[in-house]
Amino acid sequence: MALTGIEIYKLLPKTNCKQCGFPTCLAFAMKVAAKAVDIALCPDLSAEAKQALEAAARPPIRLVTVGAGERKVEVGNEVVMFRHEKTFYHAPGLMVRVEDTTAPEEIGKIVEEVASYGVERVGMQLGLDGFAIDNKSGDAAAFANCVELVKSKSDLPLVLMSNDPACMSAALEKVATGKPLIYAATKDNSDKMVELAVKYGCPLAVCASDGLGELAELTEKVSNGGVEDIVIDPGARDFAQSLTTLTQLRRLALRKSFRPLGYPIITFPGEAAASPEEEALLAGQQIAKYAGIIVLDHFSPSVAYPLLTLRLNIYTDPQKPIQMTPGVYQIGAPKETSPLCVTTNFSLTYFSVAGELESSAWASWLLVCDTEGLSVLTSWAAGKFDAEKIAKSVKEFDVAKNITHRSLILPGKVAVLRGELEEELPDWKIMVGPPEAMDIGGYLKQHWTA
Amino acid sequence: MSPVEIPMEKWTGKVHEVRLGGEGRKSIVVGGETTLPFLHFEGSIPNRVAVAVEVQDKEPADWTASLVSAWGDVLRDSGAWAKKAAEFGADIIALRLRSAHPEEGNTGAAEAKAAVDKVLSAVDLPVIILGPEVAEKDNEVLVAASEVARGQRVALGDCVEKNYRTIAATAIADGHVAITKTPIEINLAKQLNILVSDIGVPVDAILMDPTTGALGYGLEYSYSVMERLRLAALQGDAMTAMPMICTVGEESWRQKEAKVAQGVPASWGDHEQRSLLWEELTALSLINSGADIVVLRHPEAVEVVKATVNRLMSEV
Repeated sequence: MALTGIEIYKLLPKTNCKQCGFPTCLAFAMKVAAKAVDIALCPDLSAEAKQALEAAARPPIRLVTVGAGERKVEVGNEVVMFRHEKTFYHAPGLMVRVEDTTAPEEIGKIVEEVASYGVERVGMQLGLDGFAIDNKSGDAAAFANCVELVKSKSDLPLVLMSNDPACMSAALEKVATGKPLIYAATKDNSDKMVELAVKYGCPLAVCASDGLGELAELTEKVSNGGVEDIVIDPGARDFAQSLTTLTQLRRLALRKSFRPLGYPIITFPGEAAASPEEEALLAGQQIAKYAGIIVLDHFSPSVAYPLLTLRLNIYTDPQKPIQMTPGVYQIGAPKETSPLCVTTNFSLTYFSVAGELESSAWASWLLVCDTEGLSVLTSWAAGKFDAEKIAKSVKEFDVAKNITHRSLILPGKVAVLRGELEEELPDWKIMVGPPEAMDIGGYLKQHWTA
Repeated sequence: MSPVEIPMEKWTGKVHEVRLGGEGRKSIVVGGETTLPFLHFEGSIPNRVAVAVEVQDKEPADWTASLVSAWGDVLRDSGAWAKKAAEFGADIIALRLRSAHPEEGNTGAAEAKAAVDKVLSAVDLPVIILGPEVAEKDNEVLVAASEVARGQRVALGDCVEKNYRTIAATAIADGHVAITKTPIEINLAKQLNILVSDIGVPVDAILMDPTTGALGYGLEYSYSVMERLRLAALQGDAMTAMPMICTVGEESWRQKEAKVAQGVPASWGDHEQRSLLWEELTALSLINSGADIVVLRHPEAVEVVKATVNRLMSEV
């Protein structure tokens, strides 16, 4: 946990030498506590003090990397319980489980399907993050072969699942350079698993389902054995258990700075679910409530797309809505007689409107006003999307130069702005479009004559 | 074994308990929580999240085929529809008086009375009555509906910032519950609750609708505003401590992902499953952020969401 100014002051030389640029050590300490200046400005900081400050600066939940290269997954290092308090930083990795008892052709098919899956949303390309390979067979050679097969089809990060160190070792020989997550060290095998994690420099999952005390004890043992990159599995499987345990873990890390449990969490929503649909719902809960890596037993686009959308929603920075640059956008190849619509610069609003115009094959002009990233109704309610603002944008971006007509289509939700806008833009005909983007195509068909 | 002491929150506030129904009708109580959703280890969650099923007073013309086929012919008759909803496991019927909308038929008080009467006689479940969301018409049909439902303690909605007096006064006069609705903003929500309380609606007769953003369409805003409202309530702010109601079905099924089966990217996957998950994930996310009532549309979503709530209610 971050130190207070007084705690930092106690670690300083207390000479008031002023070399840091502040009149006293205390004043300097206060600035350091407020994160306004760097502690390194103090020229006489002792080694012990440096160490204490570094330890205090360590994040309460360790950032752990699974995989290597471009598609590696970084999880942990969260600093709040609720996203509105700041933001959630590292979106959980969504992995798909394959079992080494499944026929190789089948595995090849699933891996290719998952690895090539991608879906676009608000201009971002979303996809799944890797595979968890389960040593169901209990056989080292079968496990190693399966791991090799998956590796040959995809370079996405891997979780290797086996409680047998010999099997784990055989698999690691094939793929250790990809820095897979070793799952898992238990109270029965932890020495050997630690050995493997140290040898190959891979992150290690620690699993204990008999209470957080046992889990904490085991992570301390693993950490003392030289493994720092730890992911924890508290064994919570069902909806209620998962919510309770993962909440308690996040609280322990953030409120108590409890190091032995300050690690990202891996979950298996399929293990308690009666159907793929229920698995999807539990995965959804775990996206919002504190999972770091989520291993799914089933993959289908109709499940992946909603889950990826949810993850994007929850991990959007509440302070920074995704925004479009204000201006005039061309949808398709608009002509001077094409319709002109106006909307806000909230990315989602933009993409809904642009998407509908595109899919209904209306080449058009779309004027995007600066509403600080708020949607139509929200920005209107906040006074950031009014007649004055729209009129200003019409002039600022010289919308008229593109078109021969003078018709502007307002979003239906702000129909009330029509009158005022007619006063602001006396040469223009103000039209009121539909309240929902998806009705734009039908609306234009009925009302637009150019 | 090293002991691990779980940090507990000492909340001072409690969500108000609101009862719907009664007097011969089944009754249901929502709210009453003294902690965040389903954290049984540090507080009490006396009442289950209720699943309301949306019923309209005219056949919906814009519903997607999968939704229409899930319900079948009952969509033409609000009484039969309500009955079927009860069979599917609805805890509450949420009747939307859509035909009163100027563009949906512009029906008036008489039709509203008939529709409410039909639903009240068809089922013995508690009822929520929602207007067409046009101020003038809301006042007209909700006042009529309120009168027909006198003694049945229904919920009337929505009271909005610009139009709350008539509906709130009617709720007081006929002993009903008022629903306050504000556009995803914590201060506006609180302010409207204060205004509605000030004209005499008791705090145990107010539900609040902080406005639902569907998955992919503002869900995160609703999610966080609801978490903030609930945290404020638990910290002792009585004017944010109303049970929350979310119109999940309406918002989810209006989105392209749920509505459209053809001409969408292949990566969206099977329409049937995707559309259901759109509604279910929206519901579960908002339940986990504090919803006390979710209004749903698809019968399968009703079943799945109810089952999930039951799982969340089981103490660990």
